[in-house]
Amino acid sequence: MRNVLFLIQKEFIQIVRDKTMLPIILIIPFVQLIILVYAATFDMKNIDMVVIDMDMSSMSRKLISKFEGSPFFRVNKSTFNLKEANDEMTKDRADLILQIPADFEKDLLTGGKAPVQLLVNAINSTAAGLTNAYSNYVIADFNKNIIAENVNYIAPAHVQMIDVSYRFWYNQSLDYKIYMLSGILVILVTIIGAFLTAINIVREKEMGTIEQINVTPIIKYQFIMGKLIPFWVIALLELAFGLTLGKIMFNVPMLGSLWLLFGFAAVYLLVALGFGLLVSTLASNQQQVMFIIFFFLLTFILMSGIFTPVESMPEWAKHVNIVNPFAYFMRVIRMILLKGSGFSDIAKEFYSLLIYGIILLSLAVWRYRKKV
Amino acid sequence: MQKASIIVKDVTKKYGNSTALNGLSLEVEHAEIFGLIGPDGAGKTSLFRILTSLLVPDSGMASLEGFDVVKDYREIRKIVGYMPGRFSLYFDLTVQENLEFFATIFGTSIQQNYDLIKDIYSQIEPFKNRKAGKLSGGMKQKLALSCAMIHKPQVLILDEPTTGVDAVSRKEFWEMLKALKKEGITILVSTPYMDEAILCDRVALIQKGRILSIEEPQKIIVQYAHDLYSICTDNMFDLLEDLRNFSKSNSAFRFGDTIHLSVKSGFEKAELVHYLEGKNHEQIEIGKIDPEIEDCFMELMTDENKI
Repeated sequence: MRNVLFLIQKEFIQIVRDKTMLPIILIIPFVQLIILVYAATFDMKNIDMVVIDMDMSSMSRKLISKFEGSPFFRVNKSTFNLKEANDEMTKDRADLILQIPADFEKDLLTGGKAPVQLLVNAINSTAAGLTNAYSNYVIADFNKNIIAENVNYIAPAHVQMIDVSYRFWYNQSLDYKIYMLSGILVILVTIIGAFLTAINIVREKEMGTIEQINVTPIIKYQFIMGKLIPFWVIALLELAFGLTLGKIMFNVPMLGSLWLLFGFAAVYLLVALGFGLLVSTLASNQQQVMFIIFFFLLTFILMSGIFTPVESMPEWAKHVNIVNPFAYFMRVIRMILLKGSGFSDIAKEFYSLLIYGIILLSLAVWRYRKKV
Repeated sequence: MQKASIIVKDVTKKYGNSTALNGLSLEVEHAEIFGLIGPDGAGKTSLFRILTSLLVPDSGMASLEGFDVVKDYREIRKIVGYMPGRFSLYFDLTVQENLEFFATIFGTSIQQNYDLIKDIYSQIEPFKNRKAGKLSGGMKQKLALSCAMIHKPQVLILDEPTTGVDAVSRKEFWEMLKALKKEGITILVSTPYMDEAILCDRVALIQKGRILSIEEPQKIIVQYAHDLYSICTDNMFDLLEDLRNFSKSNSAFRFGDTIHLSVKSGFEKAELVHYLEGKNHEQIEIGKIDPEIEDCFMELMTDENKI
């Protein structure tokens, strides 16, 4: 154990002395939390739209002002020419074209049926779906008002409707930021942990210092422990730092026990760092480490459910996620912070990761060769 | 009856198709400075890595102070001090931190073995708070030697310790090795400098993973069988080729700004002058010289290649 302590001490001296490393450890969480939480949002705002109003009646203007009054839409242009409107969409200056035909008002008041056309830019299918839903909602709302205003048509009292009322649990205001923040915290501690450990051992290889270490009586597991513990501590501090920022800047809810969260993170980091250590015992230079880690991180992050729910992924993807440590922590951090889940709720994830971590670390110790 | 300090027997090591060590054997006595000389790729570093338990030989055996390098690798790591060819201490740690780190890893402290490294370390002690990466080449070597010595090893293995070090520091370095030898430490050292080979108790010439000759440096020179001449002319470019084509020449190698020609018996200086003049050489200078160890080595190498 004495040797491990000296290795850890040496590691910390080197980390503190490194003039670029320390700022990176402190600045990365700030940048990631501030930029990503605000930028990576699914809330649709400012949908650019072009209006073709062939009717120019009070009804058509009322419909348009409904769109203008909504926070989601921004009427950028009005024209009478469909081609001109299409050009706007081709130039990516419009996501939605609303076409109101002539006689819109007349049809509405006499026939009761007046068609309008919506053209939606569907390059991003999710955004297109939302745009379509929002516009339909605006038009439906407009419909209701027409019915209300034209009392002589059908009395509103006679309309029987099922009134569905919603309540969104665990995130009542559907604040996407809270959801993102917890996910980004996971990425943050993983990147810091996995990259730092992986690069560290490889740098000893590149500098040749590992040669000198290898001729000492130090035992393999001591060396791996000496490399694991410093970055494990740093990653946990990073999590605490990120959570503090999240509390201050976004008032992220913390319903569950923070002890439980850190306990789980401690186990999760065994996996993340064990993975980094394993890669660095296999790779022979920093470039290889970068490519390998980057490949796995990118794949795992996108599959982890940070943006899209794991439940809607195909079956095989769910199976792949069994080996994706991100997916476990991504789910658990949200359960603990947003739902207030207790240990029994996350026990399965906890033990899975514990076994996973022990396997990875054993592999790393086994793969680390003092001899060639 | 005490066995030799380092014993290497029929050690072979291959990397894929290339053979680094080809049945190499040697013995180094206690408290001996044993030099290993050979061109790049001769297998010196591979041998050192086997002796320091970093590399496992394909066949053959090697032992240090009676400990087998494969079986007893844990013991080996306690008794051996190794200085790799590349400076391999932590650049971002200070002189003192490096030394302390290696001392503690070996379960000792600077104070405990200060006497042993005092002569070396005292020279770099004024800079003990300087980062190792900011030291000059000579000081780096002294620090590396201190770190390799801090656990009082019985065997010291130095891979080209003076490469890239200035002449004064090299001289100091060798004086330190002589002092360590007096402490009873066995020293195995490789060097590309022939003038350092003279300073060893015995030297081995190694090429293509095999030992060509093991002798005291003076004996190697005495054994040199041919007469040796140093030659230069106005046309050095063609001279080497012309000398090699000369009927009585044995071998010719460039040594700095002259060419050393070893000749067969019955050589006449006048005959060579006549031959060279026939090849349009002018300002011909020919002087008989005493062979140096490098000449011997070149000779041995060419003999080996002929076989």
